[in-house]
Amino acid sequence: MKTTGKVTGVVSNLVTVEVNGPVAENEICFISLENTKLMSEVIKVSGKSVFVQVYESTRGLKCGDPVEFEGHMLEVTLGPGLLSSKYDGLQNNLATMDGVFLKRGQYTAPLDMNLKWDFKPLAKEGDKVMAADWLGEIKEGWLPHKIMVPFTYKGEYKIKSIVSPGSYKASEIIAVLTDEEGEDHNVNMIQKWPVKIPITCYKEKPRPFKILETGVRCMDTLNPITEGGTGFIPGPFGCGKTVLQHAIAQQADANVIIMAACGERANEVVEIFTEFPQLIDHRTGRKLMERTTIICNTSNMPVAAREASVYTAMTIGEYYRAMGLKVILLADSTSRWAQALREMSNRMEELPGADAFPVDLPAIISSFYARAGMVKLNNGETGSITFIGTVSPAGGNLKEPVTESTKKAARCFYGLSQSRADRKRYPSVDPIDSYSKYLEYPEVIKYLNTKIDPQWVEKVRKAKNIILRGKEANEQINILGDDGVPMEYHLRFWRSELIDFIILQQDAFDKIDASSPLERQEFMLTKVLEVCDIDFKFEKFDDCVTFFKKLINLFRQMNYSEFKSEEFNKYLDQINKMIDDGK
Amino acid sequence: MANRAFQKIYTKLDSITKATISLRAEGVSNDELASVAGKLAQVVKMKGNSVTLQVFGGTEGIPTNAEVVFYGAPPTLKVSDQLAGRFFNAYGEPIDNGPEVEGEEREIGGPSVNPYKRQQPSHLIPTGIAGIDLNNTIVSGQKIPFFADPDQPYNQVMADVALRADVDKIILGGMGLSNDDYLLFKQEFEDAGALDKIICFINTTDQPPIERLLIPDMALTAAEYFAVDKHQKVLVLLTDMTLYADALSIVSNRMDQIPSKDSMPGSLYSDLAKIYEKAVQLPDDGSITIIAVTTLNEGDITHAIPDNTGYITEGQLFLRTDSDTGKVIVDPFRSLSRLKQNVIGKETREDHSQVMNTGVRLYADAANAKTKLENGFDLSDYDLRCLDYAKEYSSKLLSIDVNIKIDEMLDTAWGLFSKYFKPEELGIKQNLVDKYWKKQQ
Repeated sequence: MKTTGKVTGVVSNLVTVEVNGPVAENEICFISLENTKLMSEVIKVSGKSVFVQVYESTRGLKCGDPVEFEGHMLEVTLGPGLLSSKYDGLQNNLATMDGVFLKRGQYTAPLDMNLKWDFKPLAKEGDKVMAADWLGEIKEGWLPHKIMVPFTYKGEYKIKSIVSPGSYKASEIIAVLTDEEGEDHNVNMIQKWPVKIPITCYKEKPRPFKILETGVRCMDTLNPITEGGTGFIPGPFGCGKTVLQHAIAQQADANVIIMAACGERANEVVEIFTEFPQLIDHRTGRKLMERTTIICNTSNMPVAAREASVYTAMTIGEYYRAMGLKVILLADSTSRWAQALREMSNRMEELPGADAFPVDLPAIISSFYARAGMVKLNNGETGSITFIGTVSPAGGNLKEPVTESTKKAARCFYGLSQSRADRKRYPSVDPIDSYSKYLEYPEVIKYLNTKIDPQWVEKVRKAKNIILRGKEANEQINILGDDGVPMEYHLRFWRSELIDFIILQQDAFDKIDASSPLERQEFMLTKVLEVCDIDFKFEKFDDCVTFFKKLINLFRQMNYSEFKSEEFNKYLDQINKMIDDGK
Repeated sequence: MANRAFQKIYTKLDSITKATISLRAEGVSNDELASVAGKLAQVVKMKGNSVTLQVFGGTEGIPTNAEVVFYGAPPTLKVSDQLAGRFFNAYGEPIDNGPEVEGEEREIGGPSVNPYKRQQPSHLIPTGIAGIDLNNTIVSGQKIPFFADPDQPYNQVMADVALRADVDKIILGGMGLSNDDYLLFKQEFEDAGALDKIICFINTTDQPPIERLLIPDMALTAAEYFAVDKHQKVLVLLTDMTLYADALSIVSNRMDQIPSKDSMPGSLYSDLAKIYEKAVQLPDDGSITIIAVTTLNEGDITHAIPDNTGYITEGQLFLRTDSDTGKVIVDPFRSLSRLKQNVIGKETREDHSQVMNTGVRLYADAANAKTKLENGFDLSDYDLRCLDYAKEYSSKLLSIDVNIKIDEMLDTAWGLFSKYFKPEELGIKQNLVDKYWKKQQ
C-alpha cells in the first residue's frame, strides 16, 4: 500500500506533509491540486512531518491537500531515442508538450515506445551475463547503441532466449534471462535508473591518459583535458563562458554530447536548438544534433528541478559510457544548481555554511564530479565521460564556496579573466592562472609526445614560460617606462604577445579559426616558438613594436586561412621573409 | 476588489512586522490575495493554520483587530486592447481618470514559455545610438539592462530608445520612479504622439515600496497579451530593478529568512530570472523585448543585484561620463550585448564585426596610453595617435547623443581608422580593408 499524507505548510516551493506510513529520503511523491498532480521529492523527514521540494509552482496549494508517495526515487528512462531529444530537468520531452507555455503538472514520455529499431544480437542463448553486459545492438542514427542487461540486475544470469535479428519495438521483449535462483526475467530495450545513484557496472576506472581534442587552442595546446577528465570554467558574466562551452560541444572529438542547461538563459538553449540541427560534425559528416541530448532547466523553470537536471544528464551519460562510447557532459552552470540547494536549505531554516550555502555543498560537488571518468567495461572495451562544468562566481570573485569546492574536485581549471574579456581577448581563459593537472601525469605526457610531436610537452612548457616572462616584462615596462628598460624586456613582452594573439586568442565566430585541429595547432605552436627563439636586434623599442605588430597581423591572417592552402602559404612566406630580414 | 457575500472575515492578527502580518485562518491557498484593513496583501507562507501575508501597502496603522478577508485567487489583470494608452498603478487600477478596463481576467506571474517553442531572436532593433547599434546591437526578444549610477540620465536614454525602436507596444513598468521622472516619461510619450501604443504601470517614490513587487508581473502580463494573443512586437521598460530587489529583501528580512550576499534573499537569482526570462521571440512574430535599468553604487557591479542581473540578462549597457569629452557614453569595455552575433554581419554590413572589435581594441590601447601618460612616461607615436583617435571615437560614436544609421556608423569608424592608423596596425581581414579603407586625400 502506498504511503499518503496531507499538506501542512507551504513556503514557496517547500511543502511540509504529514504522512501515515514509511517514506524514504529522496522518494518521489505527487501533491494533488485541483485536476493536476505536482511532482515533488522528499528532502527531509522529521517524525511524521516530511519536507518535500515541489518541482512546480505551488500557487493555489492549500493545507490539507492530499499527497501520494511513489515508493521510488527520481528515475530516468534509458533506451534508444535519447539522442537528439530535448528534455526538461525531469526528463519530460519538451517537444511533445502542448501549447506555448509550460503547463503545471504536464509530464510527457521521454521515449517513443512505438518506434521500431533494427536489433542485432551480440550474445547468444546459454551465455552467462551480468548487469551492463551487451545483449545486442541497434543503430541510433549512425551510432551503435547497445542493448544491455539492466543495471539493476545483481549477480549472474544465463540467457534463456534471445530474439533473432529483426525490427522490434523498444517495449518488446528481446531476451529472457534466468537468475541464479532459476527465476526468469524479461528484458526489453528500456530500463530505468535512479539519477542520484552512480551507475558502476564496470570492471575498473583507470587513470585517464588520452587527450580529448576540442579544437580550442588554449585548451588543447596549453591545458589539455583527457577523455574521462574533469574540468571547470569559472568566470564573471560577459567573459565568454557560454561561447566557449558551445565551441567545445560543437568541435570536441566525442561520440555523444550531453548538455545540461542548468538555470541559465532560455535563449542560449534556443540557440542550440536552432543551430545544432544545421551544424555538421566534420569527423562523421553527420548533423551535430544526432549525437546530442539536451537537458534544459532554464532559470525561469522551477528551481527544484535544476538540481535534478544535472543528475539526469549524468545518468544518461553513464548509460552511453556503458556502451563503450566517448561522452562529453557539459553543465552550465553548476553555480545555479548550488543556489537551488541554498534556496531549499534556507527555507528549511538549516544553519547555513559560507555565503548561506548548505554545509555539505563541497561533498555534493565532489561526489558529482567523481561520477565522470574513463572506465574499462567487463568486456574489456573502454568508455568515458568527460565532464566540464561552468561556475558563475558571485561578483566574479573566485574566493566563494562553489568555485573553491569545485577546484578541489576538478582536474582542469580554465579561469576566465575579466581583464582579458574587457580587452576583447577571447577566449578569455587566463593563460597563467589556468592549469591542467593531466599535464603532470606521466602517461599523458607519453601519449602527447607520441601522438603529436616528441618534444610537444617541452614546447608547451616553454610557451607557458614565455607568457609568464612576458607578463613580468610588461609590469617592468609599466613601472619604469618604455625607455627605462633594456630592449630585452620589450622583446620578451612581444614574444608573449605573439603567443597570446596567435595561440591563445581564437575567433569563435570565424568559420576557419573557430576550430583548430591538433595537427594545425602543432604547426602553429612550432612556428611561433621558432620566432620566439630568434634574438632579434632592434635599435629602438618602437622598431620592435612595429616589427611584432606586423608579424602578428600576418600570423592572424594565417589563422583565418584554410590550413596549408595557397593563401596560408603566402602569409607563411611573408613571415619567413620578415624573420630573415629581422635577424 | 469588492467583498463577496458569505466571506469569512478574520479580525485577530497574531503578529505584525513592517511588511507582513500573520493570523490563524482556514482553507487559505498559497499566493492568494487578501485585504488587510482595506490594504491589499498576498499569502507568502502557511504553517498549519497560521498564515503569513505580505502587505503591499505597508503595515503602518494596521491594528491587531484589523479585518482580513481572503479573495481566493492570486493577483490578476484584466487584459484587452483597451489597455493601450492607459496609465495604471501597481494593482492595475487606472490613475489617468479613465474608465476601468474591460477584458479577460488573467493571473499575473504565470508560467514560462516552453523553451522548445521559442524562436531564436534574430531581428535587430536599431536605436540610432552607435554605442548600442554598432558595439552592442539589441535584438528583438532580448533582455538587457542599463547599468548606471543614479546620476546618469538613464531614464531619458531609455525613453529615447523606446520611441526610436520599431515596435507595436511600449510598456513601462516604473518602480520607485520619482514623480519628476514619471512626468518626464509621460511628456516624452505625449510629445512623440505615441500615447496610443504606450501602457504604463507606475509606482512612484511616494507610494509604499512593497507595491513595487507587483509592477513587473503586471507589465509582463499585459506584454504577454499583446505578444502571444495579438502577435505584436512589445518593448517592456523596467526601471529601476534595484529598487524592486530592495523590496524583495525587505519582505524576506521580515520573514526571518537567512540573507545571502549583500543582505539579499538567497532566491534573488530565481526571482529576477522569472521576470527577465519573460523576454521571448515567439514563433508567429510576436515578441517581448525587455530593457531595464539597474542602478549601481559608484559603478560597483559586484553587488548582488547587478551581479545576479548580469548572469540572467543578455548583456548590459554601461553608462558613464567620459572625462575627455564630458559626454555620457555607452562604455565599450563594460557593455555587452550577447545576442549581437545573431544580427551582426547578417542583418548588417559584412564588415560590422571586425570594425566593432577593432574600434574597441584601439580604444583600449588609448586607455593604456593614458595610463602611461598619467605615470609620467613618454608616449610613442602610436600612443599619441590612439589618444587622438579615442577622443574622436568617443564623441562621434560612443556618445549617447548620436543618432545615425548603422552604415553611417561603420563609415565613420573606417574614417577614423584611416585618419589615425595604417592598415597593418588593425589586424582586419585583408579583403575588408581593400573594400572599405578610406583613402586620405
